[in-house]
Amino acid sequence: MEAIKRKKLRERIIENIFLLCACVAVISLLAITFFVFYNGLAPFVSNSYSLWSFLTGVEWRPGSNMYGIFYMIVGSVLATFGAILIGVPVAILTAVFIAEMAGSRAGKVIRFAVELLAGIPSVLYGVFGLGIIVPYVLKISPMAQGESLLATVFVLAIMILPTVVSISETSLSAVPKEYREGSYALGASKIQTIFRVVLPAAKSGIMTGVILGIGRAIGETMAVMLVCGNPIAGIPTSLFSQIRPLTTNIALEMGYASGVHQELLYSTGVVLFVFIMIINFAVNRIVKTKVGN
Amino acid sequence: MDKKIKFNTKNLDLFYGDFQALKSINLEICEKEVTAFIGPSGCGKSTFLRCLNRMNDLIESVRIEGEILFDGQDINGDIDVINLRTRVGMVFQKPNPFPMSIYENIAYGPKCQGLKDKTQLDKLVKESLIKAALWEEVKDRLNKSALGLSGGQQQRLCIARTIAMQPEVILMDEPTSALDPIATAKIEDLMSKLKKDYTIIIVTHSMQQAGRISDKTAFFLMGEVVEYGETPVIFTNPADKRTEDYITGRFG
Repeated sequence: MEAIKRKKLRERIIENIFLLCACVAVISLLAITFFVFYNGLAPFVSNSYSLWSFLTGVEWRPGSNMYGIFYMIVGSVLATFGAILIGVPVAILTAVFIAEMAGSRAGKVIRFAVELLAGIPSVLYGVFGLGIIVPYVLKISPMAQGESLLATVFVLAIMILPTVVSISETSLSAVPKEYREGSYALGASKIQTIFRVVLPAAKSGIMTGVILGIGRAIGETMAVMLVCGNPIAGIPTSLFSQIRPLTTNIALEMGYASGVHQELLYSTGVVLFVFIMIINFAVNRIVKTKVGN
Repeated sequence: MDKKIKFNTKNLDLFYGDFQALKSINLEICEKEVTAFIGPSGCGKSTFLRCLNRMNDLIESVRIEGEILFDGQDINGDIDVINLRTRVGMVFQKPNPFPMSIYENIAYGPKCQGLKDKTQLDKLVKESLIKAALWEEVKDRLNKSALGLSGGQQQRLCIARTIAMQPEVILMDEPTSALDPIATAKIEDLMSKLKKDYTIIIVTHSMQQAGRISDKTAFFLMGEVVEYGETPVIFTNPADKRTEDYITGRFG
């Protein structure tokens, strides 16, 4: 009897430890959300700054009490979009190569390289961008500087590779071999099999990878800060325009800001937060309806 | 009546690495008949079947020696494998429809060969489904996912998909082992209809099935063909003691 009781007690204690650990994540999420929203919404609640001018303004001049982030939203969205446009096809084809040539030496080397790429600190991506990509952009740019939307897009495209590659590869490898056999037995070539059967079958997993890639791109700060230019005003009009993404705006000034200035940096965080939520929900919806078919 | 020989294997050996899975197989398979391969698990019957449309190419460590003549041409040589597979179709043990619509499943093979014309595809899909005795059940939901069909329907869809390629031979690797008796009966019924137009080679675990549907039967054991001949003869008057032991259920 005693032994059984003790065993039960132990089970319950261990279960509760699990629950406690799980709570850490949830509590952190709630704490961060509350903290950011509480501080970020304060200036609009207390009417110390107009929400409308904040969201639609195209100049950020703390000295002149001008805090407009519309041009930053545009910059963030364009940079992310560009990075996805370039990075995702490259990543998916890389994943196909690794998954379908899994046994080959080249496949193993590439997989290893992609894993290493994931481990490089983001500041080093920035340094690489500043040292290699920015000078190259400068050469072809009509502007006088290489820090630009284009440079940001390239750095971000490289940065999302590991995420998209590894998740796509996992879902490609999970496609049952029966599908491949069925396709080959119908006289399909390897390429046809990959593009018409295997990739569509892995679609939802690949979309998950893309979502995470978008999240990574829109949230990236350090690497982007070094190559984007961070102008104080102006909607980007070309690939060579400088941009100031939402993330770098916060990182650049949070250290010394105070008062309304500081609160509006939190507000920038709120906008970033909302963006990531919208993207997650939207793409989740797309995946669900497509797979549900 | 002397039937034309479709496949003629001569001294076929097959190795998985060091393991010899097929030993000197000599078989002549006739056109427009049902030929059944029976034998206990691991005897090499499926492996042999997969030689006939070069599906073993997908496994890396396989080495094949000897000849398989298909209409007189050795298919182990430097041939167009894709062309071979369009002429020799295959239905697998587990129904494996692609995760697409019923229509797309059947149109897949012809599309891969470059057929784009919508009317032709529509016609081909319909004809294939009719031949596979599935049309009546699915004609109203051709655009629904094939994964929503029952196991037996899925297998008939896979047969329809194979028929859509207008092959000469259909290989079937234990096509009913994952199905219930009613679905099995439907597929067997279908096979006896199909042999009018196609050469059918079936691997089966069920001796009753081989007895019911096949014209010729080959008994495989440990990588060898022990006995091959007219099905009634094999089942009523086997020449080899091992065949008799197997079909009377003494092992296997």
